[in-house]
Amino acid sequence: MNLNSPALLEDNLIWQAKTAGKRMVFYGDDTWVRLFPKHFMEYDGTTSFFVSDYTEVDNNVTRHLDGTLKRDDWDILILHYLGLDHIGHISGPHSSLIQPKLLEMDDILEKIHSALISKEADGSLPYLLVLCGDHGMSETGSHGGSSEPEVNTPLVLISPAFKRKGTMIRTPGVVEQVDLTATLALGLGLPISQNNVGHVIPGVFEETTLRDQLRFLHLNGHQLSCLLKDSMSGYDKGGFEQFRVAEKAHGNWMKLYLEGNNSEVLSNIGKKVLKQYLEALAAMSSALSKQLGKYDMYSMIAGMVFVFQVSTFLLLAMPEALSGEAAVDVPVLSSLLSLPFYLLCLLLASVHVLVCTSTESSCYFCSLSWGLVFAAVAFSSAMFCTLVSMATRHLTPGTNINRKLPFRSKDWSLSELDALLLAGTVGHTLSLAASSFVEEEHQTWYFLLNTLCLAVFQDVCRKYFREQRDTSDEDEHILLSKDCHSSVHQKADICSEKWLALATPPFTLICCRLLRSLNQTGVQWAHLPDMGHWLNSSEHRTVLSLLAAFCLVLIYLLVQRRCSWVSKAALALGLVGVYSYRAAVGNVMFPWQHAGRPMSKGTVEARFVYVFVLGILFSGTKDLLRSQIITADAKLKSRGLWELYSGLVLLVSLLFRAHNLPVLCCCLLVQTLMAQFIWKKLHYDAAQTTIMHYWFGQAFFYFQGNSNNIATIDISVGFVGLESYIEAPAIFLTALSTYAGPLLWACHLVCYLSSERDRSPVAVGHGCYCLALLRSVPAAAYIVLVTVLRYHLFIWSVFSPKLLYESMHVMLTAGVCLFFYTMEQSPSPSKS
Amino acid sequence: MWDHEIRAMASTHCIIAASVFMATVLPAVLVPGFSVYGTHLLWIYSVSGAVIAVSVAVFWLLGITPPAKKHTVGYKLSRLFRSCLYFILSCLFFHTVVVLYGAPLIESALETFSLAVLLTSLTTLRCLCVLGPNVQAWIRVFSRHGAMSVWDTCLQITVACTLVGAWVGAFPIPLDWDRPWQAWPVSCSLGAMIGFLTGLVAAPAWIHYHRKQLTYKCK
Ligand SMILES: [Zn+2]
Ligand SMILES: [Zn+2]
Repeated sequence: MNLNSPALLEDNLIWQAKTAGKRMVFYGDDTWVRLFPKHFMEYDGTTSFFVSDYTEVDNNVTRHLDGTLKRDDWDILILHYLGLDHIGHISGPHSSLIQPKLLEMDDILEKIHSALISKEADGSLPYLLVLCGDHGMSETGSHGGSSEPEVNTPLVLISPAFKRKGTMIRTPGVVEQVDLTATLALGLGLPISQNNVGHVIPGVFEETTLRDQLRFLHLNGHQLSCLLKDSMSGYDKGGFEQFRVAEKAHGNWMKLYLEGNNSEVLSNIGKKVLKQYLEALAAMSSALSKQLGKYDMYSMIAGMVFVFQVSTFLLLAMPEALSGEAAVDVPVLSSLLSLPFYLLCLLLASVHVLVCTSTESSCYFCSLSWGLVFAAVAFSSAMFCTLVSMATRHLTPGTNINRKLPFRSKDWSLSELDALLLAGTVGHTLSLAASSFVEEEHQTWYFLLNTLCLAVFQDVCRKYFREQRDTSDEDEHILLSKDCHSSVHQKADICSEKWLALATPPFTLICCRLLRSLNQTGVQWAHLPDMGHWLNSSEHRTVLSLLAAFCLVLIYLLVQRRCSWVSKAALALGLVGVYSYRAAVGNVMFPWQHAGRPMSKGTVEARFVYVFVLGILFSGTKDLLRSQIITADAKLKSRGLWELYSGLVLLVSLLFRAHNLPVLCCCLLVQTLMAQFIWKKLHYDAAQTTIMHYWFGQAFFYFQGNSNNIATIDISVGFVGLESYIEAPAIFLTALSTYAGPLLWACHLVCYLSSERDRSPVAVGHGCYCLALLRSVPAAAYIVLVTVLRYHLFIWSVFSPKLLYESMHVMLTAGVCLFFYTMEQSPSPSKS
Repeated sequence: MWDHEIRAMASTHCIIAASVFMATVLPAVLVPGFSVYGTHLLWIYSVSGAVIAVSVAVFWLLGITPPAKKHTVGYKLSRLFRSCLYFILSCLFFHTVVVLYGAPLIESALETFSLAVLLTSLTTLRCLCVLGPNVQAWIRVFSRHGAMSVWDTCLQITVACTLVGAWVGAFPIPLDWDRPWQAWPVSCSLGAMIGFLTGLVAAPAWIHYHRKQLTYKCK
């Protein structure tokens, strides 16, 4: 959508070291291992989620230390100690635990230092010991904010290559965190990562020869000037000229140096060059960090215009799309032939030519081919003309009433539920403006979902207590006058149905509460222990096995009802396959298995399941195609849809981790109950049902442990059933398992609405339209917000991952809508 | 038309609001170290106690509470007992709902329960005072077009305001501002309190301005 989504595989120091053939060893937080897979020669990642634990995480690192320090087969050793951070999170910076932990760290530092000193005696290259913290902590022990104690951390560099400064303690200088990367890269003899904006810390290289110092500075300056050239149009400001001058002076100095000139003059000139370099570097670095994200405004605005046109189109189409016919009359042709269209085309094209030829900087659009650009221009102006004509049609007084009451009935009034659904949608869109709300978006959804369930509960109560009491008086008269005996059985049925309907919303609420404690997500409370970790720990494997087996059985019972018997058998075998896959991978165990069994990758089992998934999908597609093309049989079509749905469920149950199976199980259970007792019985219309599905989908997205942070994507899913990494299926599987919640709910919506077709023939169209609207409005609003907030402190850490998630979700929804559309189109040939 | 009743309602609400005010100010003067944030639970209980005592007294004196059908002591006692039972049940109900909304189950159970007590004394107690321990009447009042008197409408407005206040009060909790009022359950109980006070003001005002449109079915 927009152009400022983060590149996930940026050029970085670790990658540079890896390509230069440095041997790296890593012990500590397993986030590193996930960020840099296959970069380390040897590693041991510790799961950092048990924040309550502050000894085990560090002991896990320390226990490798003695062995590794003795060996000589590594170049870089990275140790990440988490204990202090965890103590901060548990009990804050004034905790009594801090003192012993710091002493422990001191001891470790001493151990490393003495080991390095003894190594140096062997006469190898000088070592460098870097001690730094990634962040500080606030008064409450948390971090991530921008307060002074949170962003200031100590940096200690220890190396025999430094000059001994005596015992005098000087006030240490302040360096930027980004400077460390450049310094380390030069110290290790690696190329500086091309996007690094820091400059060399001058004190570090004080003891090298003047020639080397100048060379380092030149390398750093060259990298920065390249970056500057790429990212800024007016790059001749920001120290670039200074750098040029220094470079020239450097050249002169080199000439003198090579001529063998060794006088005082030379070193004086050299010092001058050094100073010039340093000034230039500082200037360029600060200019870069100021302009970090020189945004491509033209492309961003163009993208925004497109998104806005689409969402305005959807908004303008609302009255017609939700009317009885569910058909939108789009005046494309008339607007294509109108004069404003050509004028607008010309105008936009000229703007494009003007922008792309005037500035030297290349924007995204200029790099596209001209034909594509003009197609975009034509599309945009056609869209604009269509929009204007639609808007004028609505604004003409003749159709004004239609505009005021956009929904299909004239006496439509806002019930509490509608008010809640509208307020929730608007409120959620607005909440995206605050970074904490983006971080904790799951809270918003859980909150809204809970309120929705309570509102539904109130509706149910009203229906069964209040209205039945009103009607029951009349009913009883009729019953008394007519036949008393026949409907006793029916009455009992109604009674049990009533209680089931009444029990559904509270049951859903309890489900949601349980799922919520299954996966703790977000940022602020992510460190709290949750059920998922409890289940995954090795002591509780029996519980997890029982739970997984129970869930799989339940899934089978819930899904099999609507399938043909072939699919039923396939589903059962597939679910058995899922369990044996999990057993093979080592998540769960069979009762006859003992614990110490070698783990495999479970490729065979996974492929076994894939076969059944494909089988079910195939039989579903076959039914669908037959109903579309040959018979136009609604029943067959509905069965085909449900089979596709069960195929999807089987696939998802394979991809979900064992502890996440309850999420899937609850999802199916809630869907079944809600469809049976709430949506059908309370006669919610398609729009309301769609919004509820959407909300449930969103909540389940977070229930399965996702968040708006890239780090929570479970990449291991991409390897299920594959021997090695293959890009296309890996991406597909990862996306599928990440968006399983919303996808399952959207699919259920299609199935539900099309099986309800006899009640309201346009329901599918309404549902599709609402889904598109629900997805596009927040996305459009969010894109504007991100553009406005592009200089916000958290733009990269909070807002852009969310943007990535949003755009992915929009793509997915577009796919689902397309599916909807084909489903809806089907009966038209049979009609005509 | 109902000028008398509206005036009675307004004065009742004034007294209740004053009691809330006194329950906040008096302990602050008398008890050392009392503050709304610092000793929040104490504040909740003092306010709840004040609201309970004053509402019961005022509504009983005004005679809005539906009269007992029988005048035997036993019947009155059973009514009292039922009211107490409903009060406790409603506390438990609110507690459950708040836990379902995501409050920790065990860790801060006392705080959650205090919030439930506050909500009960602001909402359920009023129902008990106005309608008596009669669930049928409660269901009637809280379904659409169910109000049968000015007091019913007033009840609807105050209860809705209180609950919406508590609901809105939960919004600032995820913000990372580290303010004292973001601690659980301060923002919710303050929200409920503000909602309640708003309801006290809004109910008579709304009824006053809509007295022409309001028509009630006879009982
Ligand atoms: Zn931390
Ligand atoms: Zn950290």
